[in-house]
Amino acid sequence: MAVMTESAPGRRALDLNVSWTDIGPFLALAALLVVGYLINPDFLSATNLANVITRSAFIAIIAVGATFVISSGGLDLSVGSMAAFITGITIMFMNTVAPHAGSWAIPAGMAVAILVGLLCGLANGLIVTVGRIEPFIATLGTMGIFRALITYLTDGGTIPIDRSLREAYRPVYFGTVAGIPVPILISIAVAAVASFILYKMKYGRKCAAVGANEDVARYSGISVIRTRTVAYIVQGVCVAIAAICYVPRLGAATPTTGQLWELQVITAVVIGGTALRGGKGHVWGTVAGAVILELIANLMVLSDFVSEYLVAAVQGVIIIIAMLIQRFSNSK
Amino acid sequence: MFRRKWIAAATLGALLLAGQAMAQDKKVIAVSIPAADHGWTAGIVYHAQAAAKEINAAFPNVEVVVKTSPSAAEQVSALEDLSASRKLDALVILPYSSEELTQPVKAIKDMGTFITVVDRGLTDASVQDLYLAGDNIAVGTNTAKFMIDKLGGKGDVVVLRGIPTVIDDERIKGFQDTIKGTNLKVLDIQYAHWNSDEAFKLMQDYLAKYPHIDAVWANDDDMLLGVLEAVKQSGRTDIKLALGGNGMKDIVKKVIDGDAMTPVETPYPPSMIKTAIYMTVANLIGQAPVRGTVKLDAPLITQANAKEYYFPDSPF
Repeated sequence: MAVMTESAPGRRALDLNVSWTDIGPFLALAALLVVGYLINPDFLSATNLANVITRSAFIAIIAVGATFVISSGGLDLSVGSMAAFITGITIMFMNTVAPHAGSWAIPAGMAVAILVGLLCGLANGLIVTVGRIEPFIATLGTMGIFRALITYLTDGGTIPIDRSLREAYRPVYFGTVAGIPVPILISIAVAAVASFILYKMKYGRKCAAVGANEDVARYSGISVIRTRTVAYIVQGVCVAIAAICYVPRLGAATPTTGQLWELQVITAVVIGGTALRGGKGHVWGTVAGAVILELIANLMVLSDFVSEYLVAAVQGVIIIIAMLIQRFSNSK
Repeated sequence: MFRRKWIAAATLGALLLAGQAMAQDKKVIAVSIPAADHGWTAGIVYHAQAAAKEINAAFPNVEVVVKTSPSAAEQVSALEDLSASRKLDALVILPYSSEELTQPVKAIKDMGTFITVVDRGLTDASVQDLYLAGDNIAVGTNTAKFMIDKLGGKGDVVVLRGIPTVIDDERIKGFQDTIKGTNLKVLDIQYAHWNSDEAFKLMQDYLAKYPHIDAVWANDDDMLLGVLEAVKQSGRTDIKLALGGNGMKDIVKKVIDGDAMTPVETPYPPSMIKTAIYMTVANLIGQAPVRGTVKLDAPLITQANAKEYYFPDSPF
């Protein structure tokens, strides 16, 4: 309650800031689309845009979860390894069940994926909150654990999905509903639910309060431990949803699945306007951030004037410029 | 209580003595390789363990010990551990990196151990008694020759390369040198880090950028899997060839089945570790001279000879 009254006077000034941060990522996205079109008109072709936005779905979905974690003042470096681990477990489960259950193995496997994601998130959350270990170190640890487990499960090679399930599962990545690829619809749904939780439910306000100032939140009767743990659980479930969309793309889990996704996810969240130190989360900005990242990579290939050796450098420069523009527009 | 302790100690002592005696009789070959962190190294681990098992069964007086390490630093420690407890008659090593491993391997050689180096040579070549590697230039050359032949000397090609390393550079160089002077044109070449997901994305982008592509070369089979998925999704029919490299079992299986888009494969087989271990044993047991440099060729794997390169039980 104290938080509410305290923040009330500053409310109007805050609103102005918020609106800039809210629009920023979308302005950047629009600018990128224009630049892309000027460089190569093929950039705006329906197929290319559909491909790129579909591709960004994994990072977008995971990053929506990361928005919860980061907003509550945490950090999760384990998401990439966790995605690989969940992918591996899901495929193994589906392959085991397939001979008995046929295509029912797919929904059953999805349920298992969600369950495993939930447990992985819970583990991360408890280590950070109850174990009182710095999120960076705690999730660096679980990152190694999940990566080692998937390497162990695959013997360093590949776990391919059973051939009989391959075709039935394919539409989850490659299919479309009313012309829109399924992964895009899933990420929109995930973001919609997330923004409802974050902006319309009590939990969302708790999350931002804990992230903005842990002590104040505690004095106003918010359970910091529970709020943060729930954020990690949400993160785990989001990773599982991303894994569910990921499996049908290449139909396999390998030790390199999801490598460095954690960095892309964190970048997407920050481009989206959520501060790394915690506070208010920007779900839709995060989604825009994920799309921006993927568009930049796509543009690098479609344009001819960047040497293949310099692609990563140019990407880095674009991200920093995007952040600088936001910073300066915010301070106005 | 007291009695039991004595018995335990005595048993332990006996075991140690026995172990010592065994070690003196047996010739010990240590095999130090990277831990399985992707398809190719997984193949290395599989074939090294298979060779160890076969040789230990065939020669009672030889003991092959396989040790995997997840990084260069840990490989150095592993070498120290392996050589600290007993004298090694031979060391077969696939070094993580040439620079970091040269000195530690030299230290072991100075104890009188026969040194076999696989795939990546040491910076001081005099340390190696036997050096065995595949031919990365030939991987590129043979793929290019096949493409030229199959496409009638002209066509538009896109290339996916791996991680910036000597291995990748050599493959690309072999390919580019061979197509020089033909009407085969490389439309584009980008890194996809030997990763299926990145290759999938890159191939989607290539397909969006170029309305006509005759052939794709991904210089590794992990990447080829991503490429094939992207081509399948696009429904494009202009792509006649999509070739990989390394000898992954899924791709070799395609060759065996007579796949139209991937009719051949070029090997850079992880089974080369097996060749190295067997040659080392041949030297220790059979006194067969093996000192020198062995370069395995990268002959095209076609439907006719694919069985030789097909290991259904290997993870790679």
